[in-house]
Amino acid sequence: MGDVLVFAEHQHEHFPKSTLVAINAGLEMARKRGAQCVVAVLGEKVEALAQTAAKYGAAKVIALEHPGLKNYLADAHAQALANLVKSIGAEYVMATATARGKDLMPRLAARLEAPMASDIITINDDGTVIRPMYAGNGMALVEMDGPVKVITVRSTAFDAAPEASSPSPVEKQAANLDQGSLKMEFVNFNEIKSDRPQLTEAHIVISGGRGLKSGENFKTVLEPLVDVVGAAMGASRAAVDAGFVPNDLQVGQTGKVVAPDLYIAVGISGAIQHLAGMKDSKVIVAINKDEDAPIFSVADYGLVADLFKAVPEMAEEVRKLKQS
Amino acid sequence: MKILVPLKRVPDPATTIRILPDGTGIATDNVKWVINPFDEIAIEEALRIKERLKTGEVVLLTIGQSNWQEQLRTGLAMGADRAKLIVSDKPLDTLAIARVIAEVVAEEQPKLVILGKQAIDDDSNQVGQMLAEIMGWPQATFASKVDIEGERCTVVREVDGGLETVAFALPAVITTDLRLNEPRYASLPGIMKARKKELKEIPIDSLGVDLTPKLKIKELKAPPKRQAGRKVGSVEELVKLLHEEAKLI
Repeated sequence: MGDVLVFAEHQHEHFPKSTLVAINAGLEMARKRGAQCVVAVLGEKVEALAQTAAKYGAAKVIALEHPGLKNYLADAHAQALANLVKSIGAEYVMATATARGKDLMPRLAARLEAPMASDIITINDDGTVIRPMYAGNGMALVEMDGPVKVITVRSTAFDAAPEASSPSPVEKQAANLDQGSLKMEFVNFNEIKSDRPQLTEAHIVISGGRGLKSGENFKTVLEPLVDVVGAAMGASRAAVDAGFVPNDLQVGQTGKVVAPDLYIAVGISGAIQHLAGMKDSKVIVAINKDEDAPIFSVADYGLVADLFKAVPEMAEEVRKLKQS
Repeated sequence: MKILVPLKRVPDPATTIRILPDGTGIATDNVKWVINPFDEIAIEEALRIKERLKTGEVVLLTIGQSNWQEQLRTGLAMGADRAKLIVSDKPLDTLAIARVIAEVVAEEQPKLVILGKQAIDDDSNQVGQMLAEIMGWPQATFASKVDIEGERCTVVREVDGGLETVAFALPAVITTDLRLNEPRYASLPGIMKARKKELKEIPIDSLGVDLTPKLKIKELKAPPKRQAGRKVGSVEELVKLLHEEAKLI
């Protein structure tokens, strides 16, 4: 039985929670298949980062280094990772279905002529997996054949790996990369910086929809509630399309999938495509003036009200609560 | 410049999806079939590039049953020049689809392949990336802006945390995200012209591609339903419940 190799995504010398999720899923797959879990950290100089990845119980962490891996680019990363997969004889290659995971892993799969299951939520003992289809309206039991199988996991479907009692061994390796064959150029990354918690990691998410009517209203009406609660802010596709907020905030089938302890949907009607991104939240609250809005069918607590009155009122109630 | 746009036929996003009790798939009797919305965005982008450059050809491709002609005609009505329908009734996994498209790419030699980032039924988000690797081409997924100057292409991508810009020489594969453009409606003259545009049907076996599925869907089940919740009467009640009952605030 071949090993499980986990791609450990990093940004700004740091592993996001989604990477710890991938490691945990990799550990689970390894346990169920009687194999070892190896973590791969790719970059130009990543030995220090690899030491951090070594805290989570993998059998080994490989720091795969090469100047061509300095910035993330799909072709270079797929080539380096594929060569590593072949050299260690890995059977499963896993990553979280983040934007980077989604960009990289199919390319890797094709390079290895391997099947790929995207965005899985369950790993079965026999190695079959379950993944959502039809905007989460169907759950497919998927079987993959072949010496290598590629998997991305939904970031909300597994916990982050806890710290282990002793560190994994770290091995530095030079990546096998033919730079002459690479054709992509990284130009820049326009990052949206925010002091708020990350949408995919927060315990509470408050999302606004088209009902807020403008980007200005997001700032003056929704953000005070978001901040007094200490939540992350999300948005429906309609709000992003209308230009009220940046694309990075979109929650939904084709945006981010979140499953916080508390999700508050403000002025969001609840189209299937939005529900696909948040219906696994532990508690869902909906505030909408339309009592027939589909969002109420998934809400644990629903308030039919004008959000322009209800949201400031709620911010005030929470403020009073926190002061008492 | 020749641009190839592979597209898929999917259920209209507004369809209520019903899972068949025997686990074999979805009920199709109430389904309205449309071009995958992300592929429509791809067709639109291809048309805009052709219009900007004032030259070129937009070729549509689909892999499916003969009646998928309808979706190709819609794309032709939007303004594409011709279409190819690879006829298949076998279940095909993403790798097989990518390989079939690669065969067509090898024959047609487009400078650019644009397709949707994911099909809204399968939600795999793999084919574009797999195709790029098979062809040895650059890829730019989740594109929200595409600029082409001669042989050089610059793409802004929607990624976690913001917008990333990548650049490369053509030929390349681009997958579309929601905000790349708003697709046009087919005009009446467009619909009339579409009837006369070339639409070739090709049996999939004639392409000599290994179609053996490596990924199989054994069963499709409905997800567990959420328990029904309740309506509250006021903001005060809501905050009290969240604090005392749910203990979340």
